[in-house]
Amino acid sequence: MTTHEQGQAKRSHADWLLFVVGFVLFSALGFWGTPALLYAEKPQPFQFSHKVHMEQVSEGCKSCHSFREDGSFTGIPSMDKCKECHSDSPQGDTPEEKIFVEQYLNKNKPVDWRVYAKQPPCVFFSHAAHTENAGLDCAKCHGDHGKSESLRPYQYNRLTGYSRDIWGWNILGLGGPPKRMKMDSCADCHRENGVRDACFVCHK
Amino acid sequence: MSLADRYSAGEHRFGMVIDVDKCTGCGACTVACMSENNVGVLFDETDKLRSITWMRVYQIDNGRPFPETQVAFFPRPCLHCEGSHGQHTPCVSVCPATATDYDEHTGIVSQIPTRCIGCRYCVGACPYHARYFNWFDTPWPSGLERPLNPAVAPRMRGVVEKCTFCYHRFQRAKNKAFLSGGKVEEMDYQTACTEACPSGAITFGDLRNPNHKVAQLAASPEAFRLLERLGTNNKVYYRTSREWVRRKADNYLQDEKTGQVAASQGGGH
Repeated sequence: MTTHEQGQAKRSHADWLLFVVGFVLFSALGFWGTPALLYAEKPQPFQFSHKVHMEQVSEGCKSCHSFREDGSFTGIPSMDKCKECHSDSPQGDTPEEKIFVEQYLNKNKPVDWRVYAKQPPCVFFSHAAHTENAGLDCAKCHGDHGKSESLRPYQYNRLTGYSRDIWGWNILGLGGPPKRMKMDSCADCHRENGVRDACFVCHK
Repeated sequence: MSLADRYSAGEHRFGMVIDVDKCTGCGACTVACMSENNVGVLFDETDKLRSITWMRVYQIDNGRPFPETQVAFFPRPCLHCEGSHGQHTPCVSVCPATATDYDEHTGIVSQIPTRCIGCRYCVGACPYHARYFNWFDTPWPSGLERPLNPAVAPRMRGVVEKCTFCYHRFQRAKNKAFLSGGKVEEMDYQTACTEACPSGAITFGDLRNPNHKVAQLAASPEAFRLLERLGTNNKVYYRTSREWVRRKADNYLQDEKTGQVAASQGGGH
């Protein structure tokens, strides 16, 4: 009997248990430890409820997130937009609104919101092409963010500085918008709808 | 062969006509281009082998002694070659990373620095020296990174970059057209160098649209292209009424006539 065969014969239940425990332990470490190592969290300046605002406005998302005349998208609304409804004194009784009015609105200081969907600088994205020309809903890529009652934590990649929403919340890189906003999600949709996929369509 | 037939099918064929007789060599186009496209100033800009100028002004002269000396200036952006037998752009055909492609819709040769692996085959393939390699990270002096153009991604060390005909301006013009429901008009999409030229030597537009000034100028018998006989079939035309300037634009034999190529080139053969 060779040494090799002896080793096989001696493999006991304890060996298998050790293997399973080790496998589970390191998989768990990979799945939960990697994101914790890779991503850092920044708080939003204060909480904001899209739901409350959507109840007040008449035109949905477009009421605040609108286009300029030249076709560019305003993105996060400016303080002037907030002032169309908000005044010097809070309208509700939430502590969040108090922070907004006292620390930002009265000082005319723009709120430095962290933008979940902000793409890397090499990406060109046209909101006009998607919502105006193709007639897509905002929710197609942003999910039900417009119905959310609070802002989830903003996480960013420690190495690249990009929002976690770009690689996606699944560490394996699975899923699509709004959980993941990578180039293949864009390309998949473009291919399905017969939209050109030359580099300069989405890159700059 | 008519101007439109020189290029393959596609909605636009953006191109340029540069009037060599109007160009004073001031370099305003170069400066406007650098500012528009986030091209920085390196530590040693006297090293012209390693400095980056998407739009470079070349000076030529007729080689005669004073007082017969004459000079002419050739502003040289990327010429956005299509090739004369189907789409065969010199730089695109050699890129192993597909970091550059020929857009069949606009006729613009793209360059995606984030995809570039820095092998520099394209730099060698380009007959016009229009491609530049980033030998260094641009040393933006403190604060100077702030007025960067957000519509153009800054590049890093180790990748190739080049003129894109200010493609971001086309994107911007399209956005406006999407909102108004109209079309991209001639003046909606103009490159930074065209706008900056104080003597109006540069005309930019769609060579496929007969109403665009550029299409009319490029069809003129005084228009010619650089190194036409290479078959690059590019989209940047030059115009001059001086025969010696035209002779310098390609390698002509002494008894050879100029202006024979444009008439016969293009399409499949």
